[in-house]
Amino acid sequence: MMISRGERLANYAVLAVFAVLAVYPVLLILQTALSNDQIGGGGSFHFENFADAWDQGQFGSYLRTSIIVAVLVVGLSTLFSVLAGYAFGTMRFRGSEVLFYVILLGIMVPAEALVIALYFDLRELGLTNTLVAIVMPQVAQSTAFGTFWMRAYFRGSSREVVEAARLDGAGHWTTLWRILVPMGRPALTTMVVLVFMWTWNEFLIPLIMATDESLRTAPLGLAFFQGQYTSGTALLAAGATLVALPVVVLYLFLQRHFIRGMVEGAVK
Amino acid sequence: MALAAGRGPGEPRRVAYLYILPALLVFGLFVLVPLARTAQFSLYEWNGLGAASWAGLENYRAVFTEPQLRGAFVHALVLVVFYAVIPVTLGLLLAAAMSRAVLRGMGFFRVVLFLPQVIPMVVVAIAWRQIYEPNGPLNDVLRFVGLDALARPWLGDYTWALPSVGIVGTWVGTGLCLVLFLAGMSRVPRELYEAARLDGAGPFREFRAITLPSLRGELAVALTLTVIAALKTFDLVYVMTSGGPGTETTVPSYQVYNNAFLLGRVGTATALAVVLTLLLFVATVAINRVGERGQR
Repeated sequence: MMISRGERLANYAVLAVFAVLAVYPVLLILQTALSNDQIGGGGSFHFENFADAWDQGQFGSYLRTSIIVAVLVVGLSTLFSVLAGYAFGTMRFRGSEVLFYVILLGIMVPAEALVIALYFDLRELGLTNTLVAIVMPQVAQSTAFGTFWMRAYFRGSSREVVEAARLDGAGHWTTLWRILVPMGRPALTTMVVLVFMWTWNEFLIPLIMATDESLRTAPLGLAFFQGQYTSGTALLAAGATLVALPVVVLYLFLQRHFIRGMVEGAVK
Repeated sequence: MALAAGRGPGEPRRVAYLYILPALLVFGLFVLVPLARTAQFSLYEWNGLGAASWAGLENYRAVFTEPQLRGAFVHALVLVVFYAVIPVTLGLLLAAAMSRAVLRGMGFFRVVLFLPQVIPMVVVAIAWRQIYEPNGPLNDVLRFVGLDALARPWLGDYTWALPSVGIVGTWVGTGLCLVLFLAGMSRVPRELYEAARLDGAGPFREFRAITLPSLRGELAVALTLTVIAALKTFDLVYVMTSGGPGTETTVPSYQVYNNAFLLGRVGTATALAVVLTLLLFVATVAINRVGERGQR
């Protein structure tokens, strides 16, 4: 349908206004991160703020913890989800429906309903303030989502391909890793990207489980850092930039996976 | 089990249990058991250290009667307006207004509009704290246009603190809704609108008869994501206001944390968590029921 030039322009104007509003806070942080804290100091871009945040602000250490946590959560939950999703999606066994619905309900349970009791029980076992306490609850939650996600993929995977593999003498294990997983790269990538984002941005679980500064994840370290300083300082903004950077960069490269995953996985 | 056997895919296999074992183990240990323990804790009075004493439903009574705890749920409902109602309404209106155009360059706008969804909430909170500062950009703009009377320390203001936090939720959600609805609209055949127009339908009828029904699925997704985000708000309040000034911006999640670890009321905290979980369940199921009914 032909629309007038004016209408087209108006549409772009609306989109542009909302785009500017969406990026403004991000640009504000970036601008503050590159600004000079000392009044009267010269120069334009102060990249040394990032180095200061990395060392003095200890963001280097926080980011390292976050990377370890993210690798463990993404790795373990992906493995468990692929295995469970394969069984739920391609095999028939007693209790499969009930078990699957229990996991589906688990997706809706918020961390708030787990983490208090878990904290006190893990304290009994001397496990609070360890990587296990930070990682495992997140592995469990992400595995619930991942099982749901991978089951959908395996259900939709081509039966003929599986049959052909079977005729070639491939067992269920070989069929999974040699054929179905390589074919399911898009579905897997979306899941990995989502779980990574959730884990990287997670706040409540590390807040409760990590009492030691050395175990603080990046968002947690940032929150404590801002508690000590007034906002609007270059160092705080530089820290905030470092914390957001990994997710934002990944998003710019894999935005389709982010958007598709969040929309289709909205049950979470 | 007849249903499962009839509908379940693939062939019968015992080995399936081995495949699901790791997932079930970790899920049981770190979701089911803690959930059951949470429900159990909610029936006791315990400060987290000494001996616990049976409290029956006393903690639940407190959740519904104590002004501060009840207030947290009221604040959460206010946040639903800012996180969900405003973004969805805004997104629908804009998508409808733009429905006639096939726009180029949508890919770029989609990336930018969706960006607030992926940034860590703590970073979002820090950015907006700076915007709301007494001498921050928002007050600067107000003073610049001569509205000095409106300038204030937004997050310290008893009336404006909660809406200020809410606006951040609006910022996070609006792009998502717009992206979703524009994508949904692009699937509606243009001819439908042309036919409606030939029949003399005005923009309002067009919206009710074509736009709204075809966006039913997207609406359910947008509402699910935004309502859940509103009810689960924690990071934003923790970093921006710590529930203050006074208790003006406390939310259920914040009170769960506050009661369990700062006030030593573990029973109350877990009862709150149980009520919050039920609220989330009801909201999710209700939204998706409405979404499904529309599709039939």
